[in-house]
Order: sequence, then structure tokens, then C-alpha cells
Amino acid sequence: MIRSELIQKIAEDNPHLYQRDVERIVNTIFEEITNAMARGDRVELRGFGAFSVKKRDARLGRNPRTGEAVEVEEKHVPFFKTGKLLRDRLNGK
Amino acid sequence: MSEKTLTRMDLSEAVFREVGLSRNESAELVESVLQHMSDALVRGEQVKISSFGTFSVRDKAARVGRNPKTGEEVPIQPRRVLTFRPSHLMKEQVAEGNKR
Repeated sequence: MIRSELIQKIAEDNPHLYQRDVERIVNTIFEEITNAMARGDRVELRGFGAFSVKKRDARLGRNPRTGEAVEVEEKHVPFFKTGKLLRDRLNGK
Repeated sequence: MSEKTLTRMDLSEAVFREVGLSRNESAELVESVLQHMSDALVRGEQVKISSFGTFSVRDKAARVGRNPKTGEEVPIQPRRVLTFRPSHLMKEQVAEGNKR
């Protein structure tokens, strides 16, 4: 399923809404999650999962081509943990 | 870092502000988006949201695990797990936004 198919399904469920509003609704949801993580916030969607930000410490990396040591700065990466309900549903429970 | 936790309520509030539907309907739409995504994943489909990320379902083989407290061996059944791979755009925004 891709974004446009998701929008299509929501539009089919809600024939009273304009397609362009459905697009804005779906886009707003994903933008809101990304913006929250960009601020360092968590987004917890019970039953589905939780989006959070993890810190990766600075480390000494290596250029795989030259073997040269390079300093890699501390950085923050997005992380998703599946919710219990969805995990159970994936396993037919 | 602010470290706030957002919930469905905050997402519905954003939809409410953006589109001007009722709060109730905004909340139902957020739920419906999560429901359609979950259903697709349970069917084994990948859910690919451009510029956000990709959710995929992976099969894990059975293995012997260990209870870390007692050291006792316990069989772990084969199972399906969900993984999320953030898009480049999300990675960039999260890295940039959290820079000190």
C-alpha cells in the first residue's frame, strides 16, 4: 500500500469529503508525526506503535573505501516500536 | 530536548486545525488511517508512505531463547515482526531538529 492508495481508501469510506481534503488530512497526520520527532518529542499511538528519537553517540568510523578513520558526530535517528495489539494481530492472535 | 509525548488527540487536533472538520470527525479519520495501515500490514502488505517511511512485515524463524533472569532455555516460536524504515527526508529532519 502506498500513500495514494491509503488516501483512496479513506476517500471511499468518506464520500462526503472532497478528495483534496482527504489528501490534506492524511498528509497532516504524517507531517505532524515527523515534526514532533524533529522537536525531540515522542508520538505514542496505542495499539499501533510509538515513534521516538534515539541518540547515537559520536564515534570513530572508517571510510570503507580508503580505510581512513573519520570522526562521526553524535546524531539523532527516528525509531518505531510496534504496539502490542498490532504485534499480536500480525501473529494471528 | 522538550520530550513531550503526543497521542492520537494531538494528531486529531492538527487535522481539526488544518481541515476544519469537527473534532469528533477528525479523531475518527486519524483512527481510520491507522486502521487501514494496520489491516494492510496484517495482510502482509508493505505500507510505503513517500517522504515519511516504509513499514514492512518480516518473518522470523523459530529459535531458542533464554530467560535472562533464570538462564533457562525457552523456545521462541516463528513469528512476524514489523519494521519501520524512515525516509531520507524524515532522517534529515530528525537529525537537523535535534542538533545541539
